[in-house]
Formats: sequence, C-alpha cells, structure tokens
Amino acid sequence: MKTLSRRRVLKGVLNGAAVTVGLPLLDCFLNDNGTALASGAPMPVRFGTWGYGCGITSKVFVPKKTGPGYDLPEEIASWARVREHINLFSNATAILDASPNNNHFSGWVVARCGIAPSRGIPGETIDTTVAGRIGKTTRFKSLTATADGDTSNSYSYANSATRNPAEWSPLKFYTRLFGPDFQDPNMPTFTPDPRVMVRKSVLSGVMDQTSALMKTVGAKDRARIDQYFTGLRQLENQFEQRLTKPEPIAACHAPGKAPVDPAATKEVETMRLRHRMMTELMVMAVACDQTRVFNMSYSAAFSALVRAGYPKPHHTCTHEDAVDPALGYQPNASWFTRRTMEAWADFVEAFTKIPEGDGTLLDNVLIYATTDVGDAKTHSVDGLPVITAGRAGGKIKSGLHIDMKGGSPTAVGYTALRIMGVDVPSWGTLSNKTSEVMHEIVV
Amino acid sequence: MHPGHVESRLRAGLAGVLAVVALSGCSPSEPQSSGTEPRISLVTTDQYLNSLRYIFGSGIELQVQFPPFERTEGLLANGAAIAGISSSQLEQFQGAGATVAAQVVDAENREFLVPCKPAADDAADQACATEFLSKIGRLLYRRPLTDTELATFVDSAGSGAKTLKDFYAGLELALEAMLLSPEVLFVVERAEPDPENPGQLRLDAYSLASRLSYFLWDAGPDDELLNAAASGELQTRKGRTRTVERMLASPRLADGMRAFFDDMFGFNAFRTVSKDSTIYPNFTSVTAEAAREQTLRTVINHLVVENKDYRDLFTTRSSFMTPALAILEGTPALPGWTPYTLPSDSHRVGLLTQVSFLSLHAHPGRSSPTLRGQALREVLLCQHVPEPPPGVDFSIVNSPSSSYPTQRDRVNAHLENASCAGCHKIMDPIGLALENFDGDGSFRSTENGVAIDTSGDLDGVKYADAVGLAQAVHDNPGLPRCLVQRMYSYGTGGPAGTSEREILGYLNERFSSEEYRLRDLLRTIVLSDAFSRLKEPQDPVPAAPAPGGDEPKITRTQASEATLGK
Repeated sequence: MKTLSRRRVLKGVLNGAAVTVGLPLLDCFLNDNGTALASGAPMPVRFGTWGYGCGITSKVFVPKKTGPGYDLPEEIASWARVREHINLFSNATAILDASPNNNHFSGWVVARCGIAPSRGIPGETIDTTVAGRIGKTTRFKSLTATADGDTSNSYSYANSATRNPAEWSPLKFYTRLFGPDFQDPNMPTFTPDPRVMVRKSVLSGVMDQTSALMKTVGAKDRARIDQYFTGLRQLENQFEQRLTKPEPIAACHAPGKAPVDPAATKEVETMRLRHRMMTELMVMAVACDQTRVFNMSYSAAFSALVRAGYPKPHHTCTHEDAVDPALGYQPNASWFTRRTMEAWADFVEAFTKIPEGDGTLLDNVLIYATTDVGDAKTHSVDGLPVITAGRAGGKIKSGLHIDMKGGSPTAVGYTALRIMGVDVPSWGTLSNKTSEVMHEIVV
Repeated sequence: MHPGHVESRLRAGLAGVLAVVALSGCSPSEPQSSGTEPRISLVTTDQYLNSLRYIFGSGIELQVQFPPFERTEGLLANGAAIAGISSSQLEQFQGAGATVAAQVVDAENREFLVPCKPAADDAADQACATEFLSKIGRLLYRRPLTDTELATFVDSAGSGAKTLKDFYAGLELALEAMLLSPEVLFVVERAEPDPENPGQLRLDAYSLASRLSYFLWDAGPDDELLNAAASGELQTRKGRTRTVERMLASPRLADGMRAFFDDMFGFNAFRTVSKDSTIYPNFTSVTAEAAREQTLRTVINHLVVENKDYRDLFTTRSSFMTPALAILEGTPALPGWTPYTLPSDSHRVGLLTQVSFLSLHAHPGRSSPTLRGQALREVLLCQHVPEPPPGVDFSIVNSPSSSYPTQRDRVNAHLENASCAGCHKIMDPIGLALENFDGDGSFRSTENGVAIDTSGDLDGVKYADAVGLAQAVHDNPGLPRCLVQRMYSYGTGGPAGTSEREILGYLNERFSSEEYRLRDLLRTIVLSDAFSRLKEPQDPVPAAPAPGGDEPKITRTQASEATLGK
C-alpha cells in the first residue's frame, strides 16, 4: 500500500472502481506550518450573515467612542468577550428615495440587496452574490439556518421569487450535514459509492428535460426553471464530490452524535439553546469546507421572541412597552435586544473556538450582520446598525466602531463584496448606490 | 341515518341534477371572461405526498416539509405559480425521492408495486423497466411520457442495473430521477386553441385534468381522470360534467377542501404558534394541532358531509371534541375525536369561538382584540387593514395603571389618537366581543377582577356578545363573497384580477341562489368556461424552436400561432 501514490489512488477511484483503499494520513496534505492547504492555496476566506429583528435602543447600544477600543453600553455589554473581532457601524440610513417605508422590511432589504424595495424582494441578497463567486466548489453553495424554529425565517434570497429556506431543526440540519451523505475529509479510507455514480449519470437526463422545458415557457417562468436548473447542477456537483477523495482538513471534526431538538417555542432561553446548537453545526460545516457561504437568522424581522412570564412577544413589546422615565428608554424592549446581542456574541465566539492555520476560523471569515429597523420603539430606518465580525483572511481590520453619519449601509456591503472577490464597480441603486470601498476598515 | 341527513343528501343530489340540466343548456348566464394565464405551479408538500400515496399506496413512509410559499392575496396557494426552487429545497426533493424510490422497489413492496418480473434479478430488463416506468411516469407527469422521456428513463434503469448488477437498483435510481423531474415538481399548464370558441385558447385536456384534481383533491389526477383526458371526453361538456360529478362525490373531496380551508384560514401558522407556558399552562403544541383539527373537522362535516350553508359555520353549535381542547372548553371528553354539540346557553358558537381562531389571533401571553378584529376582516371578509404608521407610541395601550383593568380600556386609547383610530375602530370592536375568551381560547368572565363588556359593532350592526357577533358575521354580505373570491383564486392558481370581476359577480349570484352550498359553488366554478379558458401569455415565449416533434401537447407558442392564424 505504501508504494501507492495519492495520485494513483485517486486515479483508480475516479475510474469508477468500487474499492476501499488506505490513504496516507492528513499531515502530509498540509504544508509545514498548517496555514495553507497542501496545494499551496491559502485557507479559503468565507462569508456569512447574521440577522435579527427589531433594531436597537440607541441610547444604550451605540458606543460613545469611535475607532478601536470602543466602549460597550449596556445593550452590547455581552460583546466584551469578542469585541476585538467586531466592527460596529452605527447610525446608517436605509435611504428610501421614492419607495414606501415597508415596516420591518425596507431596512434589512437595503442592507442586503442594496435596493429600497417598492414591493417584495427586489433580487438576490448579498450572500447569494458572494456564493456565486466563492460557493461553486463546495458541497453546498450556501447554507441557511434559523434559531427560531421557523423555516420561513430567512434573510437569504436566490432571486426575487426564491427564498432560501432556513434549516430550523438541529436534528434535520445535523442529518443534512453530517448524516450518511457526509464525506469525512479525514477518513483514512475512501470508497466511492457506485450508486452515486449512477445517480450522477441519471441526473443528466433530468437536466436535458429541463433544458427542453425552458425553451417552451415565457420569460418569468424561464427564470424560475433556470433557478431549478442551477439546483440540479449543484446536485450534480455534490454527487461528483462524493466520488472524489477530499483533501484532509485538520479542523474538521464532525459531531459524533445526532442532537435532540429543543422544544418548539420562541421563548428566549430555548432560542438561545437552539441558536447555539445550530451555530455549532454551522461552524463545523464551515470548518469542514462543506460550504463557504452561510446565513444564520436569529429572530425574524417581526421578532416574535417570548420572555417567560411576560405577556407580549418582542415586536409587540417594542410598540407597547412604556418608556421608563428614570432610564429614558423601554426596559422590556431593551431586555430582548440584550438577549439577542448575547446570542450574537455566542455566534462570533463559536468561530474562535476552531483553530485554523495560525489563528482561528474567525480570522478567515467575514460575517455581515443586519437588522430591520434602527430605533426599536419608532421603527425608524435611520440610526440603523450594521455589524461585522472576522478578518476575512487578514483583509479587513476588526474591533472598530465607525459612525456612518447617516450614510447607506451599502457602503459596508459593497466593501464586503469587494473583499470577497466580487469585482463589481458599484452596488445598490439610486441613493443607496455606492462605488466606494471603506478604506478605514480595509487592510 | 338521521332524517336531516337524508334530506340534505337528496338536496345535494337534486342540486347536482339541476346543475347538469342548467349547464347542458349552455349556462347562458355566465359572462364572457378572458380566463386566466397558463401557470407553472410548484407542488406543495401535501400535494406531493397525496400524489405519492395515490400512486404507491399509503404504506410509503415519508417525513418531509417543504418550505411554504409566500402568502399572496390571502392564500399560500397563490404563491405556487411564482415560487422558485432553491438549491437546498431541491436537495430536499432529491432526498424525498430517494426515500420513496427505495421503498417502492424493496423486497416486500416490489411484489405489488412493480407490475412485472425481470428475466433476471441481476441484469437489465428493458421490457419490464418500460412497463413500470411508463405506468408510473404517466401518473407522476399527469400525462403520458413522450417517447424520448421514456427512453431516457429506461436507459437509466438499464445502465444502473448493469453497473450495480441489480435490476431493482437500476429501477430505483431511474424512479428517483423521475421524482426530481421538472414536470413532476412543477405542474405545467399548456394551452390549445378552443374549437368551440375560435380565436380563443383553453387548457389542454391533461392540464385541465390537473387543474381539476389539484383544486378538488389536492393531488394529481388519478388513472380515470387521465383516461378522460386521453379519450377527449374531458373536453366535451357532458364528459367534463360527468368527471366533475365523480370528483365531487369522491371522499377525496374532503382532502381537497381541508387543504383549501387550512390555507384560507392561515392555519400553517399553527406549526410555529406557541403560548407562554407560565401564563397558559394548558396550551401546548398538542393543543395547537388539536385546535386546527377541530376547525377542519367542523368545516368538512358541515360543508362536505352535511352540505350545509357556509354562513351557518359561524353560528353552528355542532363541533368535535378531544381531550386536549376539552380542558380549555371546560367539558369532559372521550379519547380521540367525538362529535360534540355546544349547550344552547354556551358563550361559544361557530368558528370564531373555536380555540383555533381565538388562540391563533392572540399574543403568546395575552388576548388581542386588535389581532382578532384584523383577522376577521382580512381572513374572512377579504378586506385589507393598513399597516400601522411608523413612529407611533403605543405604550399607553400597555399602561400598567389600574385605571386600565381590561383590554377595552387599553384599546380605547387607540381611539384617542387620530392616526390610530382610523384603522382600530374597524378592528377593535370586533375583537372586543370575543374578550370573554383568553389568549389560549379558554372562557373568562372578568379581567383583573372587572366584568368584561363584550358589546360592539360590525359595519353598523350592534351586538352584545360573541353570539351576536357570530350572527352579524353570518349576515355580512362580505362573508360569502370572500369565500367565492378565495375559492376561485385557489382553483385557478393565482389571485383574481380586475378582469375577473364579472365572473366573480356571477359566481356570487349563483352561490347565493344555491343557498351557499360549497359543492354547488365548486361545481359552478369548475364547469365554468372561465375555469378552463386561457389568456394569451403576457410574457412572450422566446423565439427558439419548439422542442422535438414527439411532444404530446401543443405548446403555448404553437397554440398562440394557431390562434393568430385564424
């Protein structure tokens, strides 16, 4: 067995023989210091999003100090453990121009599509754009999950007609990622499944039928069938990958045991547990290079989080909670935002727990986080926060607070796109259009 | 059998006969309509499952939940013709197809699901694969497969059998691919020139079969319906009437109508509804499912089994009971589901006082007159209540001050603010009549020690309590009109536009003259010319040549050309 070169082994495998062979172990596939893949390619830079509903209480959310070492007011006190990794862009405005203010919608849509919507989602969201650039070689072009147990809670759209549904059950998400179809890159042996070979070849017949159908339908339906065709290609890609021995990845340790789904409620403690479970799975999916684009939505735009023993869910609370005269803000609404920010800190921290190269997974990731409104109480589309985490493989600075001074959040989104290698001259439309990278955060 | 039951059956039968007579006389009163656009609709989870159960039997086990469509004009179903399939959803379809295909060919099921035996188990068998795949393909595609399509699948099965040295494994993987095909996942409607109305288009026979079947049964067409399409019978008035009567008489009508009312009533929300267990300890996820089931049972029994007036659903005291709801309704109950008649002095009457409506339109820890009023307007009367303006201070509504002990005191604050009052005065008085029912649907007569005042008004009709509200809803002309509008949209696969005003007016008149019987409404809709007439597609088909000559159907391009040539 020792005399077999890896190339020879893989050649045999690709010729379609159903054989089980031993392969040399993983260390020799990394370079000497483990900062890059054996091929010499650097660790891939990945892109993610995180979303939540109902904005902030600016009085206790926005730091007084800008730049590095910013202060952490009460609502974001939980960031202390991850502040160095987080950039906060406060005081952005989703500029509406002639579009109506669609409550709980216009804000996040501007931040994720660059366009003030008149009705419905105007087009693909930023993660889809990035996935088009960096998501083609992995098992999943992108992954989308939610913490609130509702598959509709997703801020990711493939196009104006197609929402990327969110994985809502930790058990189902685990099964999809690490169930029988998972190919552990660190397995010493590799057996291509002959059934997968047949599946892949059979799929081409379905693709031919799809092409034929596409020629007979009108433009709108053609776009939908084309989207479906893209899905077929992604499936074909998945089958192809299962026939190929993956490169070992030191950081990849698939969870050994299927999780048990928490109770199906939006009660905050259960939410936090479910969010942690989904996060753990997502982080490992990224570490195992199953995807390079990921979306987590914590709460929906009309956040329906529930506080045990308190009669109103989060969104209703932002409307109806009385302003405490001594504090000068809505204490119960702020309670929900605080819990949400704790979950955000959990999310960021989880990426720091995975060693990768000289640092952690978070160093090779850029996470872009948005919400639907600025001030929770008034549902304004100004005073909007945008948050990022990670250093994108050293391309971006972190630990900064930047006052957007009323500018569009698209400045941050456009910078993220450029950092992820999407070379577009501008992003967004009308007053949200921007072609300027934010040099203050780019290394 | 109960005499009333016999009478209602007779009435149903008689109405059927009368309808047939009226229609064979050319139905002079239906206005001219331009019809609907041909649609390409993504199947729903239930449609996918119902079709598989019909084709392969109920023994096939499958746990799938595809994401719901975007609710459009009051219905999820209206989103089917605009929804796309994301890559992750296609992965789910692939997984579901694999699960089904494996079960169909397993050692036990193949005996009765595969109609032939291969010459050898470890090799390809073209004849047997062709027999199985053409039979199953016709049901899955809702039309016969073209020669090219069939040959592709048979070849797949053959090469799979050869590679895996197993006939059934080859068949399984070919079936798996078929279950993923575009025309299995999308219901593609095709047009043809209407020979009875030169210059106009109609659904071709197979597309009409699918439209009928998904509407009435929430599943693809069965063998008999496809036969009626193949023979041309379905495109004759007599044949169509015969088919429709068969479908309306089938027990599968209940599946179709459950799907419709589940959609119209927004019951998909029950999948994620939850109540605060410290405030409502008796409301669990089991309660939520039971609440949904109670209403659907009530509706199906009332409209489909007993063929009663739709409006009476809101004043009926007949219902069904199960222990999970009995604890909230304060009555004993046997295990499972049993028919239940509310006492004549009960505060509950009709659908509005069932736990489903009361709990779905409330907060996790509190009732909500506003949400209930809004739901009644939007769900049952098809009205639209505008969004609240941004930047409004609602905190007075939640003042903990003891001067506001009841919801009525609190929501009255809405009326003090002009920008709130405009909308709230059309919602709150409806919901206040239901304030005797808490956010979990249980009865209460006081709130914070103060007796609850349940008086209110609906569009000028005043009432003292929920029983009065029920009667006002029953008598509201918007109630049946809303059902007609939703039903027509649902049946034709998209929101009704302004060009459909006349046909809706006609359907309203018929519904009224037929005393608001659901079956009669369904019959009128599916036998109308409007149901099968197609408009020219608005967005043009590309100039590319039509696909190969073995296409069984005239495509929209060809149909348009044929029409233009006249």
